[in-house]
Amino acid sequence: MVTVLDIDALLGDPQTRIIVCCGAGGVGKTTTAAALGLRAAESGRRVVVLTIDPARRLAQSLGLTTLDNTPRPVADIDDTSGGSLDAMMLDMKRTFDEVVEAHSTPEKAAQILANPFYQAVSSSFAGTQEYMAMEKLGQLRLEADLDPDSPRWDLIVVDTPPSRSALDFLDAPKRLGSFLDGRFIRILAAPAKAGGRAYVKVFSAGVNAATKTMTKVLGGQMLSDVQTFVAALDTMFGGFRKRADHTYALLSDRTTTFIVVAAPERDALREASYFVDRLDEEGMPLAGLVINRMYRVSAHGLSAARALGAAEELGDEDTLSSSGAGSSGDLESEVSNHARITQGLLRMHAVQAEVADRHESLAKRFMAGHPGIPMVEVPAASGDIHDLVGLRAVGGALAGQ
Amino acid sequence: MAPDAGLTRDTDWDGVRLHIVTGKGGTGKTTVAAALALALASEGRRVLLAEVEGRQGISQSFDVAPLAATEARIAHAAHGGEVFGLSVDAKAALLEYLQMYYKLGRAGGMLEKFGAIDFATTIAPGVRDVLLTGKVYEAVRRRRDHRAKGPGAAPAYDAVVVDAPPTGRVVRFLNVNHEVADLAKVGPIRSQANSITSMLKSPQTAVHLVTLLEEMPVQETVDTIAELRAVGMPVGGVVVNQVREEILSKDVLEAASLGAISREEVATDLRRVHVRATDALVDGLLSEARDHAERVALERDEAEVIAGLGRPTYRLPSLSEGVDANGIREMAETLMVQGMA
Repeated sequence: MVTVLDIDALLGDPQTRIIVCCGAGGVGKTTTAAALGLRAAESGRRVVVLTIDPARRLAQSLGLTTLDNTPRPVADIDDTSGGSLDAMMLDMKRTFDEVVEAHSTPEKAAQILANPFYQAVSSSFAGTQEYMAMEKLGQLRLEADLDPDSPRWDLIVVDTPPSRSALDFLDAPKRLGSFLDGRFIRILAAPAKAGGRAYVKVFSAGVNAATKTMTKVLGGQMLSDVQTFVAALDTMFGGFRKRADHTYALLSDRTTTFIVVAAPERDALREASYFVDRLDEEGMPLAGLVINRMYRVSAHGLSAARALGAAEELGDEDTLSSSGAGSSGDLESEVSNHARITQGLLRMHAVQAEVADRHESLAKRFMAGHPGIPMVEVPAASGDIHDLVGLRAVGGALAGQ
Repeated sequence: MAPDAGLTRDTDWDGVRLHIVTGKGGTGKTTVAAALALALASEGRRVLLAEVEGRQGISQSFDVAPLAATEARIAHAAHGGEVFGLSVDAKAALLEYLQMYYKLGRAGGMLEKFGAIDFATTIAPGVRDVLLTGKVYEAVRRRRDHRAKGPGAAPAYDAVVVDAPPTGRVVRFLNVNHEVADLAKVGPIRSQANSITSMLKSPQTAVHLVTLLEEMPVQETVDTIAELRAVGMPVGGVVVNQVREEILSKDVLEAASLGAISREEVATDLRRVHVRATDALVDGLLSEARDHAERVALERDEAEVIAGLGRPTYRLPSLSEGVDANGIREMAETLMVQGMA
């Protein structure tokens, strides 16, 4: 028994304030996020879509030409229902800089921003993008709620980064947070201060050995950069931890909901399955599953096997009729030509029906393993999607139209 | 088996020992990497297939137990060839490295205890990538007999295939030198990064790109090739995956997209072979044909873009049964026929 994911009910519910789209790379996550945002906006909600790394033409369709970390209105949407749509692309370095600036004095902030270790962490640490995406989500939510009587946005749709693992964005904030106020970094930051405390004395030989090895491996200069960085960040330690906790709380809030996006392929569905379980484990609210790019046939009721059989039979018949004596040459070639066309159509249909069957059985198997999870399928488009018309069509398909 | 059996066949990548396979998510880069490893292992060779993102995609492709941070044989190829699998783990690589170069005993455990290993492998920018590529570098250079020295000594692996990060991140991943440039100006990390970089930029390396005939994966292929060239990494071949069989001839496709196929004639033909040719069925077939023609036209455009790249190109057919261990063998066979291995 398959429960249908009612997208319009979800988008129309004022209690839905944040929708997080997640899933493996290449399944159409960003397109889904943009299509949801557009549909919500055109049904009257004030929406902002946060994208992480959109394909160029999709970004252009949303009017996103620069990565400037600022939500901008999307032109040409149908606003007759009173809704609006803003979109933005995440600039992770800038977001990190803003966090630093917000949490320290101007002098200290300048010192941190100039530190080579900070510059590297903020632009290339494997988890920074995830951390900053969640940070930005928190900021957008705060900004949305500035004026409770007339919120700038009443729905935030967020696309998750194309991570190594689809779950990184759940873990990265905690990881960075726990590192930043963890034991190791404190030892690095203040060896002298720590040395005065009794319990550290016991470990001091170990600390020395550790620091010495770190110096050997990382090089003295890198270690001193780290130390400067940590010392400068000292006042922000508690802040980072708090923010990570806050983000986590926001994600498990009942006004937040997750949509897992997949494609009808073994790998993508396996990741989706992993994700569904993980969200469940963490107590995160899952709205349901979207399976993109489902192949469907238009000529219903003709199985692949039957179509192939018919194509073959048509070939036989054709040979028979053309070898028969007495028919005029012109008529004969005419007959065999359209028989050839019909044969081609049948073969093409057989291939498509096979793919459609495979997609359906993959989806069915997923549902059997995850009973009760609402699902919606989006049929494969014959071309790529890169304008509002295409996004609107995807939105319609998401709503089961 | 002759030790140099592999030299008897001409391939496009003779002399390349490190094959790096990338592609946009969803293009099937892991299965292509697996197929390439199998193909390279034919004729009795030893090949290492390594993944660097801990996804366990390789073990799933070959239907074997999850790979560990130590090398294990995962498949046999023709004439005694062997494929070994490895899931490169940054932490294990770091501990191994420390052991190898610093003869670290207790201090290793101490580092672990203070969170220093976690720091180096997850937080310290670039270090993780140096460790991951460093392990690959070590595997490429390893000798079968570790005492043997000099250029004549047989390598432990005839080829190493890496299932690399996807196109969006691969150049940053490979360009470790740039990654650590600001942080480690001198010291062991720097020299390690330098050695890795010189191998990655040498003619014994090739970065292959996997794509589908769709706009986004092709665009990412074009962009990544430009990025690779800009940093001086050797661009390998382009593997077009999941190529659809051509079912309709050009004139039929054209007629289909113009809506010029006669409904009556199709209906008559269908009836002749006892298919219940309702209007809905005939219309359905014609509309499928129109969509198909549209897809084929888009695919042609994308194929032209790929041809314009001027790289050796390989085409792998779409496998109707989906990709399992047998599918990978089929793909390996196709790659060999086309000269990739």
